[in-house]
Amino acid sequence: MLIARPAGVKNLALAVGIANLAVSIFAFMSATGDGTVNHLFTAPWVASAGIHFSLGMDGISLLMILLTNLLAPLIILSSFGRSFNNEPRYYGLLLLMLGALNGVFLATDGLVFYIFYELALIPIYFICAIWGGENRIAVTLKFFIYTFIGSLFMLVSLLFVYLKTPGTHSFAWVDLVNVTLTASESWWVTVGFFLAFAVKMPVFPFHTWQPDTYVTAPTGGTMLLSGIMLKMGVYGAIRWMMPLSPESWHALSPIFMALAVTGIVYASIIAVKQTDFKRLIAYSSIAHVGLIAAGVFAWNKAGLQGSLIQMLNHGINVVGLFFIVDLIERRLDTRTLREMGGIAKVAPRFAILFMIIMLGAVAVPLTNGFPGEFLLLNAVWQYNNWLGAVAGLTIIFGAVYMLRAYGLAMFGPTNAHTERFADLDTRETIVLGVIAALVLVLGFYPNIVLNLTDSSADVILRSVQL
Amino acid sequence: MQQLIPLIPLLPLIGFVINGLFGKNLSKTLVGAIGSGALLGSFILTWMCFHQVGASGPIQSVAYEFMRIDQLHINFGFLVDQLSVWMMLIVTGVGFLIHVYSIGYMHDDKGFYKFFAYLNLFIFSMLLLVMGDNFLVLFFGWEGVGLCSYLLIGFWYENRDFGTAARKAFIMNRIGDLGLLLGMFLIWRTFGSLNYAEVFSQVSGADPALLTTICLLLFVGAMGKSAQIPLYTWLPDAMAGPTPVSALIHAATMVTAGVYLVARCNAMYSLAPDAMHVVAVIGLATSIFAAVIGLRQNDIKKVLAYSTVSQLGLMFLALGMGAYSTAIFHVTTHAFFKALLFLAAGSVIHGMGGEQDIRNMGGLRKYMPVTFWVFLIGTFAISGFPLMAGFFSKDEIFAMTYAHGGPLWWGLGGLSAMITAIYMCRLLYVTFFGEFRGTDTQKHHIHESPLVMTVPLMVLALLSLVGGFLNTPHFLHLGNPQWLAHWFAGNGVTNIPVIPMPEVHLEESTEWSLMIFTTSLAVLVITALYMVYQKTRNLPVADTAQTGLTKLVANKFYVDEIYNALFVKPIEKLSKFLYHYVDIQGVDGVVNGTGSGVQFIGGLFRRLQNGNIEYYLIGMVIGAAALMLTLFL
Repeated sequence: MLIARPAGVKNLALAVGIANLAVSIFAFMSATGDGTVNHLFTAPWVASAGIHFSLGMDGISLLMILLTNLLAPLIILSSFGRSFNNEPRYYGLLLLMLGALNGVFLATDGLVFYIFYELALIPIYFICAIWGGENRIAVTLKFFIYTFIGSLFMLVSLLFVYLKTPGTHSFAWVDLVNVTLTASESWWVTVGFFLAFAVKMPVFPFHTWQPDTYVTAPTGGTMLLSGIMLKMGVYGAIRWMMPLSPESWHALSPIFMALAVTGIVYASIIAVKQTDFKRLIAYSSIAHVGLIAAGVFAWNKAGLQGSLIQMLNHGINVVGLFFIVDLIERRLDTRTLREMGGIAKVAPRFAILFMIIMLGAVAVPLTNGFPGEFLLLNAVWQYNNWLGAVAGLTIIFGAVYMLRAYGLAMFGPTNAHTERFADLDTRETIVLGVIAALVLVLGFYPNIVLNLTDSSADVILRSVQL
Repeated sequence: MQQLIPLIPLLPLIGFVINGLFGKNLSKTLVGAIGSGALLGSFILTWMCFHQVGASGPIQSVAYEFMRIDQLHINFGFLVDQLSVWMMLIVTGVGFLIHVYSIGYMHDDKGFYKFFAYLNLFIFSMLLLVMGDNFLVLFFGWEGVGLCSYLLIGFWYENRDFGTAARKAFIMNRIGDLGLLLGMFLIWRTFGSLNYAEVFSQVSGADPALLTTICLLLFVGAMGKSAQIPLYTWLPDAMAGPTPVSALIHAATMVTAGVYLVARCNAMYSLAPDAMHVVAVIGLATSIFAAVIGLRQNDIKKVLAYSTVSQLGLMFLALGMGAYSTAIFHVTTHAFFKALLFLAAGSVIHGMGGEQDIRNMGGLRKYMPVTFWVFLIGTFAISGFPLMAGFFSKDEIFAMTYAHGGPLWWGLGGLSAMITAIYMCRLLYVTFFGEFRGTDTQKHHIHESPLVMTVPLMVLALLSLVGGFLNTPHFLHLGNPQWLAHWFAGNGVTNIPVIPMPEVHLEESTEWSLMIFTTSLAVLVITALYMVYQKTRNLPVADTAQTGLTKLVANKFYVDEIYNALFVKPIEKLSKFLYHYVDIQGVDGVVNGTGSGVQFIGGLFRRLQNGNIEYYLIGMVIGAAALMLTLFL
């Protein structure tokens, strides 16, 4: 990236993204699907201290890899419409980010996980701080410090469990999982992990960096953050927090569940009256992620499978929605919903694709949003009936704010700005078309994803003795 | 046949895809032909299914496994039994007629192809709803029809009000859907399955309290979809959509989905008497309440909309009395005469160039004879004129209500029916009799609708005339008594009747007197109102005056305003409050405060490290002293 000429750099980045996708698809084809770790790669790093650079892939990791590498080319392609100062650097950071994310999802060694987890923060920090919008330095700094401090708690927790491993200690996942903690030890370890992951997802009340950052970041950055990066938190909770420190689940899960469900309703209600379209999506994302988090904390099969499939589908939908915000903003120079209107009339192709993606976000059956939401709500409901009913309000509020946004933007009479709204060009049609196709395919056939993670979910559920 | 089952919903879906993607470049004739042809195909296949079900019982067919969580396997599967095939006949049959009618009605609309695409998508969803062999596939259809309803109410999307009405419909439906969803979760946990056959075969051993909860939660879903109190206010607003939509979705098919759901789950409801009681109370209350509002509406479609709400209430009354097959019988006749009335109203609106206020009509029978006659048949059918469709189905509801609920329930039900006859006759007479009251331009414009619209009207009028003979009471000895009830009592997949035969223990003489009483009431109303309206050139004062009680009724008891003040406004205020005060100032304030606090403390410490050696020494001495103290103490 540093040596490529600016003109070719976009296409090079896209090519790398597609190559990564191809490798992921190969991994998908060759996965055994029986819950074991495939494609294990281990090299000693600090062998004497039990640290190995080891990567491997079970069904859950595979899903995350597919999510990352499916969205990456779309994110890269969607950035083509904007011109950036110093493009090589932008696309270079994007690819660095991609590498770090893949690392996070593949790591089977605690320290490697931590390093990739932190590494991912660096490129996104620069992407936001260099190419962001108004007030970007302050916003990005807050985001950086907030998530960084959160991660430090995780490091402490990881080290604590590491020091409890027998012999010369080991950071390997299997060894860390075998450590048994006392209830109070586990309480602190879990809280450490939770702080890191709760900030990253984000879970209420650790979310306030998120709307500002999403709104300020360039759209490519927002897509990375919302589509993939926040899933590091969910994935971390599934892979590291629960298996390493299950002993305090009974004590802490009521608090976590309460926070997650509060976040769902809280963010949904805030989204209802947002005027800035991008901020509306940001809040809706807090609500959706709150449900995913609740599904994880409920820790049952439906919740785990629901959170896994929903991570993929939320990623697909939210990238689509932020791209939609971006292309509207590029055309109209505004993100304020009240200044839009009547776009459906002048841009029918856009109206259809936007509608499909919007329905996915509203989780209408036979779109990709539904299976996950169904399983997640069921999981929360199984955990506690009343909590489930409250979380269920999301299906009502989700319809309220998404239909309102769609209606304000697309329906009604056109105005002086929107009457010259150009319909999608080829590149935009490809991005939204692929996303809309995924919305429908995964909506009609969710078993593709569920089968992928089924055995691995069983394995990880069994590894946790509550 | 089994292999052809998935084709029944698939044909309209294909129609949707073709018209949706390429319709813009196709001729209107072709678009209409594809849209209606898909329905005709489905109808023919359904007809074949109907015969096979009659001959050899239910047909099952699984397309593929949709979702699997441990032991729960949810198939994309279809069950065509006596109940679903009957609903499919209504959906595809009446649906086909409305498609044909729409070719004429929507002819000049620039969104012609889109309209047919949406209609086909609706039929697809509605077929999933009634054909699914488990609750999840039902839910696909359930939400799918809600979505199509949203798209079609807001069909003329440039009008912001229509968009608001569409959104209101979707959101109120979603409130109900949450109930249905929670009901499904409880079914899943209680019975370990969502498949009808597996669930219903276990109900007899289930905890009655759980069953009651399940039934009530499912009924919340039915309230939303079938516009019952308190979730009915979306349906009158839904009249913003094109009139064929009102006929198809908001009268004949979608809104009866709640009735279908309860009838489908009759095995559960029959074991949950408390839930049944709630169903009956809500049904009866809705029926009377909506009928009263219908008395003072002047928009031709609004009258029919409230009438639909009221009739749906009667169906739930029947369900609550345990007369499931009676409710489906009324669904059937209602589909005939209400689709007819809406389409005829559409013909009026078409002929009047968009006018919907009946105060500006009058005397239309001279200008639109076919429309007049079919509207008259529809009105008489819904009012319970002897031997017409509504006569039999309503009479059966009242007989069942009398048998299971007693005279008070029967009387209140009869009251609702009488009010229905009043507002329907008022609608008929004000619109078609007397002198024309509109403008001269309108008078010049009035014309009878083309054949493509009037032929479906005539077919529906015929069905409204004779549809009641599907299920005549025994004591009349007409045709094949209780044919439909016997049809539903056929064995389902689990070898128990799909809907058991209703048990009526009434003397024949009681049945006779009940029938004679209600019938004479209907005839009396029809005649009395004719006397009031046909003579007068101008409308009676009571129809225009807006004072006191009349005003309250005309304004629909201000329920919309109350909901607005109770729910919509507070949530909007809460949204702004949470955003500005809790989120930005509160939660984020704490975060920023922490940040500033750290900076502040950092600043304090920085002051300590000021390079002055005496300070450091003092600090050291104090520290050492403190350490010694802790060691010694």
